[in-house]
Amino acid sequence: MNIPSSIVTMLAGILLTLVSIWVGQNHGLLPAEASKEAPLIDGLFNTMMTISTGLFLLVVGVLIYSAFKFRQRPGDEADGPPVHGNIPLEILWTGIPAIIVLGLSIYSFEVYNAIGGLDPMGHSPIAHSKAAHQMAKMPGAAIAATLDTPPDSITEGQTRNQDIQDQAVQDPATASVRKDLPQKKDAPTLGTTSPRIGPTPENQGMPPEFVVNATGLQYAWIFTYPDTGIVSGELHLPVGREVLLNISANDVLHAFWVPEYRLKQDAVPGRQTELRFTPSLVGEYPVICAELCGPYHGAMKTKVIAQTEADFNAWVAEQKVASAEGLGAAIATNPSDRSTDEFLAPYTHEMGIHADLLKQLHPSSEGSHSSAS
Amino acid sequence: MTQAQLQETANIAAHGPDVGGGDWRKYFSFSTDHKVIGIQYLVTTFIFYLIGGVLATAVRTELATPEVDFVSRELYNSLFTVHATVMIFLWIVPAGTGGFGNYLVPLLIGARDMAFPKLNALAFWIIPPAGIMLMLSFFVGAPGSGWTSYPPLSLVNGKAGEAIWILSVLLLGTSSILAAVNFLVTIWKMRVPGMGWNQMPLFVWAMLATSALALIATPVLAGALILLSFDLIIGTSFFNPTGGGDPIVYQHLFWFYSHPAVYIMILPVFGMISEILPVHARKPIFGYKAIAYSSLAISFLGLIVWAHHMFTSGTPPWLRMFFMITTMVIAVPTGIKVFSWLATIWGGKLRLNSAMLFAMGFISMFVIGGISGVMVAAVPFDIHVHDTYFVVAHLHYVLFGGSVFGLYAGFYQWIPKMTGRMLNEPLGKIHFVMTLIGFNMAFLPMHKLGLEGMNRRIAEYDPKFATLNLVCSIGAYILAISTFPFIINVCWSLFRGPKAGNNPWGGLTLEWMTSSPPPVENFEADPVLATGPYDYGMGDRSTQVDVPFSEPSDPDLSAGPSSSLRAKADPAVAAHPDDREGESANRE
Ligand code: HEM
Ligand SMILES: [Cu+2]
Ligand SMILES: [Cu+2]
Repeated sequence: MNIPSSIVTMLAGILLTLVSIWVGQNHGLLPAEASKEAPLIDGLFNTMMTISTGLFLLVVGVLIYSAFKFRQRPGDEADGPPVHGNIPLEILWTGIPAIIVLGLSIYSFEVYNAIGGLDPMGHSPIAHSKAAHQMAKMPGAAIAATLDTPPDSITEGQTRNQDIQDQAVQDPATASVRKDLPQKKDAPTLGTTSPRIGPTPENQGMPPEFVVNATGLQYAWIFTYPDTGIVSGELHLPVGREVLLNISANDVLHAFWVPEYRLKQDAVPGRQTELRFTPSLVGEYPVICAELCGPYHGAMKTKVIAQTEADFNAWVAEQKVASAEGLGAAIATNPSDRSTDEFLAPYTHEMGIHADLLKQLHPSSEGSHSSAS
Repeated sequence: MTQAQLQETANIAAHGPDVGGGDWRKYFSFSTDHKVIGIQYLVTTFIFYLIGGVLATAVRTELATPEVDFVSRELYNSLFTVHATVMIFLWIVPAGTGGFGNYLVPLLIGARDMAFPKLNALAFWIIPPAGIMLMLSFFVGAPGSGWTSYPPLSLVNGKAGEAIWILSVLLLGTSSILAAVNFLVTIWKMRVPGMGWNQMPLFVWAMLATSALALIATPVLAGALILLSFDLIIGTSFFNPTGGGDPIVYQHLFWFYSHPAVYIMILPVFGMISEILPVHARKPIFGYKAIAYSSLAISFLGLIVWAHHMFTSGTPPWLRMFFMITTMVIAVPTGIKVFSWLATIWGGKLRLNSAMLFAMGFISMFVIGGISGVMVAAVPFDIHVHDTYFVVAHLHYVLFGGSVFGLYAGFYQWIPKMTGRMLNEPLGKIHFVMTLIGFNMAFLPMHKLGLEGMNRRIAEYDPKFATLNLVCSIGAYILAISTFPFIINVCWSLFRGPKAGNNPWGGLTLEWMTSSPPPVENFEADPVLATGPYDYGMGDRSTQVDVPFSEPSDPDLSAGPSSSLRAKADPAVAAHPDDREGESANRE
């Protein structure tokens, strides 16, 4: 290797690094960050973008350079040099990617922990109110508790989905929209089978500031606010307060996704899944169903309305008044959203579904169409 | 003499007679010749590729505008469901394994046919009825629950279509299992004497890894589908939550097959790339053993990563971390391959013909899919992009930028062997350029769409995504048109193409040591490996080369012919005295 070429190589390396770092910071590919969790996830993405850009430029650079530099010259039919491989080089390009993915795993793990993915056995506080379960579910003592508590209290933990569902339907509004499906038990040794994003580490051990029950059904989200009687097609949230979204589905799989929050969780019939997060930016963002749920999947959209504390309280007060006039009226008085039936009407009409079938869809009545088998 | 001439001279006795194409009717018969079956697979699957492409074009036409205006929502769901099912089960899997695998494996290992010729024919003949059945489902309401067919939706969405889908995929899976058994036995038992494990061409290694994977994983899919059909038809509730069943269990069973399936789709293509690059770079493959063993590593790791498709559904927190790490680790053996390919090209004398262009295009596009694959392995990020267009972009960079580019490279490489006639180079280059442009237009913008909030499997979307979607749709049309130069090229070549001769590329592997097309039973006598399969440039063995850290005298440090990573010639017949170290272990 002569000196000028190694200088060129070095300059190319520096340029590649600079470009990668710039791309990692300025790709402009992500929407607004509207939750406290979002910047953490974006930091991870930016890091991955930096590494990826470098790697991509390296590979494509080598390919394009080779295509020009090493092209067969006319008339040269001889073979190239007999290079069969080199163990140190193989070790180098086994080792470096291994270190990179190890680093990314650790970083992802940290982010996952920081957004509350790992709160190991922390149980939903709404299930806590059942006195009998208090002990086993005391956050903090939880790990120890599952590892060496006697079998019968583990059995207790297995009914987490049922507990949360029971608790949720104690709220009459939730009971009116949630279908009462058999709930899955948790695996006895491996903990919860219903995934969730729990509290961030500083909130671990504390109940969330408030709880919203989200129920997915073909083709709408229904949000109920326990103890207030509020039923809403749109999700109103106060900015800066941690919320626990308790998610389930009535018929098929759905998924709750707010791109601006970078959070997504499937709604699974027979399971209670959770998202615990803190909205950080006032605004309206789309709530999107991200799991195929039928022909109208693309239409299953609503909004999350992140408000200041004052605006939110005003909305709650207004809703409470309305709900005093009856559940159906509550939905109707909110001009910005429609009841499920109304929401579905234009679609179901096209589908040739009649009003009485829609009534059946209403989860309080038995035998909705999902029990086709 | 070049290495190719050495190998050819040593194999004069094995050279089969020049018999030409023979009777075209055999391609419509229950033939047991692996070459006929290979071509039957390739033509049939390519027809299904065109059908899948038409469906994709319909999908993109619907998505050219935000409104639902081209097809109904129900039909839209059927279009992308059947599109994906066709592309996976009727194109990539059977074309890579059944098509190229059948045609090449016996030739590459110097065998006269596959181990079980009738089973082989049977495996092929399962495919057309299964495919036709799937197409006919459009008359009774095609399946519309996505190619994943998750319950409970798949149980309520239209029974006839779903039942047909299950039956069709079950048949295709059976075909794949039969083929896998056949490959394993063939590779194990029928290598020509003198071909030890570490002398097998890399495509054979890849087929070994693929077949093992297919054999382990496919039965699990069959089990899942049979249970699903019980739920669907007789009302059991294995997966139906209304009766206490668990839809998440289906997802586990499904992905236990369907993640390995992506390696079933890419490993054979990796193998073909490892064959094509050295021939046209006129250089040995860099790190033969590293590439061979990394296929096995991928095959093993591929079995323990499936739940990365379920990060937002039913995966408990600690399992999410387990599957994140195993998934990321797959990047390591994959990286070994990519870097070894780059090192193979580096310093060679590249013949930039269509096969080589598609192979190099494969590396550059596959790398994008590989990188976005590591990204989606990171749980916190996947929670954001799961089930969005980011994933659609990722999977097409792997399946199209990867598998389809690689299959095209394979067509340009081996059609001269299959038909005895060359393809037209200018048309091939037009095909390559159009494919590259159309592909990137169609799929690169999808990354941004997904990150910004466009979910997948929707017929209607937020108008703010309209511009990028239009770009994607135009790209898809360019892609659709790009197929024509290829089809015209093949038809032209069949009748007008210049004669290829036995060894148009100067290759060293055994398929080039017989006539084009090879006769029934391939070889007159057992061929021999006078030179290793990748011994390009070894005529003058003193050539030393400038490789970092290299030390010619130590096999572990040497970059040249004494490297311990090299695939050696058969010691019994090696052209070069240095390679004749004792007798072949395999030759009695
Ligand atoms: C000819 C060019 C192609 C175009 C324009 C195209 C287009 C699309 C589009 C737009 C979707 C998304 C459907 C949706 O989520 O709503 C899709 C899905 C898919 N495509 Fe392709 N595709 C092409 C080729 C391929 C190939 C070669 C494969 C190879 C296996 C493939 C496999 C898939 C799969 C697995 C899905 C997922 C379907 C699902 O969500 O159930 N596609 N394709
Ligand atoms: Cu949906
Ligand atoms: Cu996978």
